[in-house]
Amino acid sequence: MRFMVMVKATQDSENGVMPSEELLAAMGRYNEELAKAGVMLAGEGLQPSSKGARVRFDGASRTVVDGPFAETKELVAGFWIFQCKSLEECIEWVKRCPNPMPGASDIEIRQVFEAEDFGEELTPELREQEERIRAQISGEGQ
Amino acid sequence: MGTSAGSEADLRRTIDAVWRIEAPRLIAGLTRMVRDVGLAEDLAQDALVVALEKWPQSGVPDNPGAWLMATAKHRAIDLFRRGETLQAKQEQIARELELDLTDGASANPTADAAAAAQAGEDLLGLVFMCCHPVLSIEARVALTLRLLGGLTTDEIAHAFLTPRATLQQRIVRAKRTLAAAQVPFETPAGEELTERLPAVLGVIYLVFNEGYSATAGEHWTRPELCEDALRLGRMLAELMPRESEVHGLVALMELQASRLRARRGPGGAPVLLSDQDRSRWDLLLIGRGLRALDRAEELAPGGLGPYALQAAIAACHARARTPQDTDWERIVALYDGLAALTGSPVVELNRAVAVAMAFGPAAGLELVEQLADARELAGYHLLPSVRADLLARLGRREEAYAELTRAAGMTDNEQERVLLLERAAGLARREEP
Repeated sequence: MRFMVMVKATQDSENGVMPSEELLAAMGRYNEELAKAGVMLAGEGLQPSSKGARVRFDGASRTVVDGPFAETKELVAGFWIFQCKSLEECIEWVKRCPNPMPGASDIEIRQVFEAEDFGEELTPELREQEERIRAQISGEGQ
Repeated sequence: MGTSAGSEADLRRTIDAVWRIEAPRLIAGLTRMVRDVGLAEDLAQDALVVALEKWPQSGVPDNPGAWLMATAKHRAIDLFRRGETLQAKQEQIARELELDLTDGASANPTADAAAAAQAGEDLLGLVFMCCHPVLSIEARVALTLRLLGGLTTDEIAHAFLTPRATLQQRIVRAKRTLAAAQVPFETPAGEELTERLPAVLGVIYLVFNEGYSATAGEHWTRPELCEDALRLGRMLAELMPRESEVHGLVALMELQASRLRARRGPGGAPVLLSDQDRSRWDLLLIGRGLRALDRAEELAPGGLGPYALQAAIAACHARARTPQDTDWERIVALYDGLAALTGSPVVELNRAVAVAMAFGPAAGLELVEQLADARELAGYHLLPSVRADLLARLGRREEAYAELTRAAGMTDNEQERVLLLERAAGLARREEP
């Protein structure tokens, strides 16, 4: 199963404070350990929310809100995608991460939906979609 | 803090998770020190038992791996001092272990880096030991999954539909064989490496394939085994970053795994590549696969090995947005290379399919007919299945129907059998006016 492991933002990360050389080195070692165990599928650091934007949906309307955003603790400063056997294994890996921020910080773990998680409900639709595509393709071929 | 302390079941799951992470490094390090993989695994298991006793009271230590290793070493020193092992030089090994224990206590970045390098070397040594040619293929697979994949005997038995007792026996016997043959704990180098690497890659790919297309039983795929194999492959690629074929194997597995969820239709029925909904392909894995293939190509300027060539073929499919976009001529060229390298009739059969796609069914059928007498393909259901497909495309439906029925009688996979019979029924229906 896959997990998205999110480093939550802090005032420092939102202010664009770059990590210390020491933290970068420790993070490098941690990433290497993850790669060597075949656990890490992807991972990126994110720029402060001041360089981002939000699109707010309300019915048919779309409103763009420029960053930065106030609720720092709810923001994400970086993420990994891990492949693990269980949530417990993922937690154990996350516990080995160096503290990603100078002060207190949180890392949140969320399980990624797999196709099976959607259950049978989606199946008839998918099938229909698949058949439509197939019909289109064979139509083009003739 | 919302910790889930208190529950024994929670702690047991945490310890299982720690064990899965730490066991390979633990067993590898111990094997180097005590020079016997069986003893090393027993020591590691002993340390786990101590952890199960102590951690409920003390909590999980900050560095559980180091804790388990130190516990196992103390246990080993006891055994050697009391002369309870069959090893010669018992006293010497005990002294080395003691030295190692005091070294481990003084942690600093340089020592950390050295320890990490040593751990990597130990893991590689264990990989080559588990896949040693003195062992049967079945034993290599079982030992690799157990010692390097961190799977329990029950999990392996379940995945391979083998009785638990049989599997346990297989592992015990494998360890005995390794001890009897005095297989050294080392990573081969130079020519020996070239000779022995294919066995390692073969074991990993076998595990992957067992998951990807179960050869028997009602389940078409067992994705967990694919994940185990991928994890082993990714690990090996980090341990042997200069080996093109290791990256080739990883690329092949990532690309094939990217299609897993599109490969299962409603009710678990298999969906053929050309019929798959490509929007359901896993882009993350495709990206990883293409990057691994790039790496394999960079490392093999003289030409790709068999795994990288297969990955390059898989990449042609991964890059095609629709089946019509597939670069079949390039696939034919890659199969030419693969056929020259392997001389395998199965590869020739796949090449015939590619030729049919690139240059028409008649050209493909001609190649398939040449394979009809290949002894290696006797009883291989895909031969009549491919032949049927080409015959049908040439409008020779009656012959195609007979071939599909023949193919259905040859496969052990229930899902596949149903699919073949459905195709046959489809042909029969279309025949009616």
